[in-house]
Amino acid sequence: MKNPFENLDKVMEHRVRLQIISVLVANDSYDFNALKELLDITDGNLATHLKALEREKYISISKSFVDRKPNTRYKVTERGRTAFKKHIDALEELIKQQRK
Amino acid sequence: MNPFINFELQSTFNMEQNSDYQKDIESIRHMMEKSVKFLSLSGLSGILAGVYALIGAGFAYYIVYLPQTPFDYANQSVKEVTIIIRLLAIALAVLVASIITGYVLASRKANKMGVKVWNTTSKRLVINLLVPLLAGGIFLIFLALYGYFALVAPAFLIFYGLALIQASPNLYDEIRYLGYLEIILGIICAALPGFGLIFWSIGFGVLHIIYGALMFKKYDR
Repeated sequence: MKNPFENLDKVMEHRVRLQIISVLVANDSYDFNALKELLDITDGNLATHLKALEREKYISISKSFVDRKPNTRYKVTERGRTAFKKHIDALEELIKQQRK
Repeated sequence: MNPFINFELQSTFNMEQNSDYQKDIESIRHMMEKSVKFLSLSGLSGILAGVYALIGAGFAYYIVYLPQTPFDYANQSVKEVTIIIRLLAIALAVLVASIITGYVLASRKANKMGVKVWNTTSKRLVINLLVPLLAGGIFLIFLALYGYFALVAPAFLIFYGLALIQASPNLYDEIRYLGYLEIILGIICAALPGFGLIFWSIGFGVLHIIYGALMFKKYDR
């Protein structure tokens, strides 16, 4: 049998990134401030993790202006959604295996 | 390295990792739910909205039916303009009181949970509720204008039910069933014209009180 460790996604092994992807998979899109409030982390911390996810092309970004204030919205890409699913499957597999 | 030691190391490593994986899964579930659902809505506001609706129905009964009982067919049909305006005023008062109560209780609960009431989720919820309700409200005005008063109560129950079903993904899942009940009630009400007030009281009064109590018991403690 294949080793489920190999299926774990390196980028999503960090919990904040995993949480960001979870939110984006459950919602059409989410903006920076709403994410910050939801995850309860600092601007810099969130920005770093978003960058990491963007680099992997797991999320896409659209910038616009709402009431003249810049508004940045994030969406999960198909690539990100697939990676997320694979990562959860691997997590479940690992938990199952170690319960035996 | 001795392969046996290596195995031991790996197995303790695995055990620690395992609880980590479980935490990962939990945090996924938590985040998904928190980002989608507006959980600050208090069951108490449902109970109070039901009480307001029953009080409103009491006033409406006083205006429209007296001295008949509401269980008799309403042969004094609602056609006088003054009566319609008074009924409208009652309905609006009930609506406004329910919205204010809902908002106040939700802010209190949100404060306690350490979140904001007005966030992405609640905005989405309000839009999801407003679309069917506004469409229904405008449609009702036309029904009333053309004199189809018997259809006003059933149509509003049906639109309200649709609004609840639409909003349920952003609220508690059980709200969906309240929506189905309102729609069924609306359809029965359409088949029995003249008993609008009774069905209105059941749909907006009794059901809200029962549902509010159930939600309060399940989510507010």
